[in-house]
Amino acid sequence: MATAPSGIRKFFDMIIGRDDIVSLGVGEPDFATPWLMREEAFYHLEQGHTSYTSNWGLLELREQIAKYLERYNLYYSPKNEILVTIGVSEAVDAILRTILNPGDEIIVCEPCYVSYQPLAALCDVTLIHLDTSKNGFYPEAEQIEKAITPRTKAIMLCSPSNPTGRMIPASELAKIADVVKRHQIWCLSDEVYCELVYDGRKHVSIGSFPGMKDYAVILNGFSKAFAMTGWRIGYVACNAELMEQVFKLHQYSTICAPIMSQYAAAEGLRNGWNEVEKMRLSYQQRRNFMYKAFCDMGLPAAEPEGAFYIFPDIRPTGLTSEEFATELIRKHQVAVVPGSVFGAGGEGFIRCCYATDIAKIKIALSRMQLLLNELCPKAGGTV
Amino acid sequence: MDNTEEILDLLRENARLSVDDIAAMTRKTPDEVRSAIKQLEDNGVIMKYAAIVNPEKDGEAKDKVRAEIEIQVTPEREHGFDAVADRIWRFPQVKSLYLMSGGYDLKVIIEGDTLKEVAFFVARKLSTLEGVRSTKTHFILKTYKENDIVYVEADKDHRQGVTA
Repeated sequence: MATAPSGIRKFFDMIIGRDDIVSLGVGEPDFATPWLMREEAFYHLEQGHTSYTSNWGLLELREQIAKYLERYNLYYSPKNEILVTIGVSEAVDAILRTILNPGDEIIVCEPCYVSYQPLAALCDVTLIHLDTSKNGFYPEAEQIEKAITPRTKAIMLCSPSNPTGRMIPASELAKIADVVKRHQIWCLSDEVYCELVYDGRKHVSIGSFPGMKDYAVILNGFSKAFAMTGWRIGYVACNAELMEQVFKLHQYSTICAPIMSQYAAAEGLRNGWNEVEKMRLSYQQRRNFMYKAFCDMGLPAAEPEGAFYIFPDIRPTGLTSEEFATELIRKHQVAVVPGSVFGAGGEGFIRCCYATDIAKIKIALSRMQLLLNELCPKAGGTV
Repeated sequence: MDNTEEILDLLRENARLSVDDIAAMTRKTPDEVRSAIKQLEDNGVIMKYAAIVNPEKDGEAKDKVRAEIEIQVTPEREHGFDAVADRIWRFPQVKSLYLMSGGYDLKVIIEGDTLKEVAFFVARKLSTLEGVRSTKTHFILKTYKENDIVYVEADKDHRQGVTA
């Protein structure tokens, strides 16, 4: 089976080695991992803690994760319902391969993170692309229910969302939970951005609704909130029966996540929350700045409520998202990701990541304004 | 976080952020930000705006000598340590002055052009002050971090293009 190359990859290949380019493309924090966590890893390396861990991950980490999940009214046993993985990426792969059989259908709420579709496609299933663009970029229960057939095995959600930063409102989540239970399908919930939410919002997990433990699979990790992208550390939480199967895949494909990453992550959950809050506030300030700038430019965007992306509408320019992104990088040396790579409903939009310092964001925005001036000279640049 | 605190933290990090940028980042009008800053200034919360200079890179400052002096003082019945502290901080050579707990009482940071000048200052001006029982001088060899500012090579943005 042929797996298509990633559309994001293609854009990054254009910018490698070019320091004249300001990139709003990379989807990762611009902070290094908080020092206390790096220092914790040094300590364990010094102590010679360089072995495998249990396939499940260190118990002390799983216990910390279990305690942390309780904040969101999620109750999973550290013993056999939480599995530490190599980033959320491995978690997504493992759960898809666990539950999907050839011929099944999986509903993917799009636009979405670029890994879901290819990984699901590798399981030889039919992808049902649920376009959420008409609805402010979050899925509605009714829309999901219409897409369900007898072959539907699962639905994949991500809130706050990459690439839009939008969140599914709690009231809608409750309705989605009802649909999931009624049709007895798995609900795979990628919650990796759940700590990066703004304006006093609080993340709600679909797994927290009554009876959802039988259907929900919680996917989360440390890359975003703790700025640990390079450590590759995440986890799956689901009921013990399903976990037994996920565990086998994980055991045979990766054995365990790197031990020093696990120690650092545990330290983050114990003592890293002040650092997380500092980073969150800084993203919120940049979100505010970026959102206002796009409104002023006449490129409307659904206001991001979390994560560190904004997904402005570039259709007023008359270009496709790929044309816009290509022009922008070629003429004005700014990298963004065309919305089309994120699936249904992404065309006509671009993803800009604001996890970059404000001075660079300003340069990028002013260069984008130049492109708009060229595209729409009469309107004085405002399209 | 309190609204004014958020503005204050942004200015602590970069005092040259424009009012418009702060307004956009904190979702306030430029007028609101301007008046909040004015109030912080009027109340003496913001004391001044100054450049932070890396002495290693400034030709003049590069050769200056800095020392930390630990002073033991006999406190006065009426004024405690304040009277002697008051006589010390007024010297322009004194860059910082703290009252400490532990083995000594006052910690002074002195700056001078030469080692000799600093030593002279300690011998002539500090140790002869009434109430000063002893001084211990430590010369500062290198500054790594001061007031939250890192003077050595710090974290850089090493991110590469990935499909995240």
